[in-house]
Amino acid sequence: MKIVAALALLGGLACVPVLVGGYGLSLAINILNYSVLATAWALFSGPTRYVSLATVAFFGIGAYVVAVFGEALAWPLVLLIALAIGLAIAMLVGFSTLRLSGVYFVIFTFGLAELIRQLVTWYEANVTRTLGRYIFLDITTAQIYWQLLALLVLVLAIGLLLRRSRLGLALRVIGDDETVARHVGIDTTMAKVALFALSAAFMTLAGAVMAPRWTYIDPAIAFNPVVSFQVLIMALLGGAHRLHGPILGVVPLALLFEYLLARFPNHFSILMGLAFMLIVYAIPRGITGLFEQGLEKLVLWRARRAT
Amino acid sequence: MAGEAGDMTAPLLKVENLSRRFGGLVAVESMSLELGAGEIVGLLGPNGSGKTTVLNLISGALKPDAGGVFLRGRSIAGLAPHKIARAGLARTFQLVRVLGSMSCAENVLAGLAFGTRRAWGAAAEREVEGLLIRVGLAARTVTPAADLTYIDQKRLELARALALGPEVLLLDEWLAGLNPTELGLAIDLVRGLRADGVSILMVEHVMDAIRSLCDRCVVMNAGRKIAEGPPNSVLADKAVVEAYLGTDDA
Repeated sequence: MKIVAALALLGGLACVPVLVGGYGLSLAINILNYSVLATAWALFSGPTRYVSLATVAFFGIGAYVVAVFGEALAWPLVLLIALAIGLAIAMLVGFSTLRLSGVYFVIFTFGLAELIRQLVTWYEANVTRTLGRYIFLDITTAQIYWQLLALLVLVLAIGLLLRRSRLGLALRVIGDDETVARHVGIDTTMAKVALFALSAAFMTLAGAVMAPRWTYIDPAIAFNPVVSFQVLIMALLGGAHRLHGPILGVVPLALLFEYLLARFPNHFSILMGLAFMLIVYAIPRGITGLFEQGLEKLVLWRARRAT
Repeated sequence: MAGEAGDMTAPLLKVENLSRRFGGLVAVESMSLELGAGEIVGLLGPNGSGKTTVLNLISGALKPDAGGVFLRGRSIAGLAPHKIARAGLARTFQLVRVLGSMSCAENVLAGLAFGTRRAWGAAAEREVEGLLIRVGLAARTVTPAADLTYIDQKRLELARALALGPEVLLLDEWLAGLNPTELGLAIDLVRGLRADGVSILMVEHVMDAIRSLCDRCVVMNAGRKIAEGPPNSVLADKAVVEAYLGTDDA
């Protein structure tokens, strides 16, 4: 029954490009993109509670791979290259940094995104002598939408498999108490690196798929740190401890940011910051957390009435 | 050396000249002890004498500066904790550590899934149930571990350690803080573990438990071994009494 409902929903979503106009499709792409990013983010950060601000580092790498190889190679090959580079960098970063925990890890991941942006800027300025790149590919907006939809289905499916797997349990144990994790036989470094890389792979692919939307990219666009913060706050609003949680945060926030950007373009950053603070203050456990608390209260209330 | 690995006369766990310092402080110095198969050995000593550090060195939480640790003749000193756990050595913590956000069943499953058994699925679920019954938490399967009382958290921690399928179990003051009834039950439980072939090294201050459980005791003071032998004679030893109570002149 659940599968039928999911397939029906998927079928409905697949028809969106045919049904809505240009603006609607662009909004839908925005929502799908952030859904992939936030779900991928929560895949690693949800159970381990390692807050990563490196989202845009991988997203930007994906976009740049398309900018460099997009016109020369076949599209599937471009995606494969993006995937390989994203995975390689994630593993490199993972092995060297996942010994860090808490605030050190947060700062490092933020620094990583900035470092990669500066490196790309330096390379473009000194070696290629171009500051921006044009992306002219024969990929329609509808095709971008469908690719993102496929990516979202894939990341959700992998998340579902992960929840039922030994690796998924290992990550939750790590999130609760890393010392205990090591003493029950979990290779914590391997588990963390594997998940960090998996999560980064989806972020890189999302960046690659989204790249043709821009036509022109430069390091400031591709590696915009606001993306990392938005993904973080969306996942937190929805609830990073549930697979479907982040999407519940993406939809309202993507719509809100879209509205704020259109209505108050000059004060957008201030308003976005206010939204961040409100969310963290008012709903620390996210929408799914609120729902679960409500459910618990209902069960307690019923139990009390029954006695 | 390879022949020694299967040597049945070798002690199950052998600690040789283990040393560890923290900056200028020598926490453990040239500590040696042995644990035979089926034995329960008590590790005693005043607060700060290095008992927990020894457990941390054996279980891999800390790396020794010098000395060896051998499990069935195989050197495990300096290995990562997860490798030592998989080799068949489990531990509990002085300050109880349960996985608070997870249910009791999941806490135990964490031990089963990655330890020597690597059990998963339906078979693992049956074992989880058996282990929870064993430590007296049968009715708590779905309770979040954080909601348990202190005593029940200790029980859960033991079940998780047993889930690893260990040959050697390190208990760090596992009997502390129990009332007399609970203590009686806990002593029976530990004795039952030995009957199942688990050998135990326990840091403990509860003298009743030491006398009724331990075959031998090793006493530490200021990082060194000062006495070893059967509980009653060790506890009457002059050096031990002085370590706990000070000398007459003091």
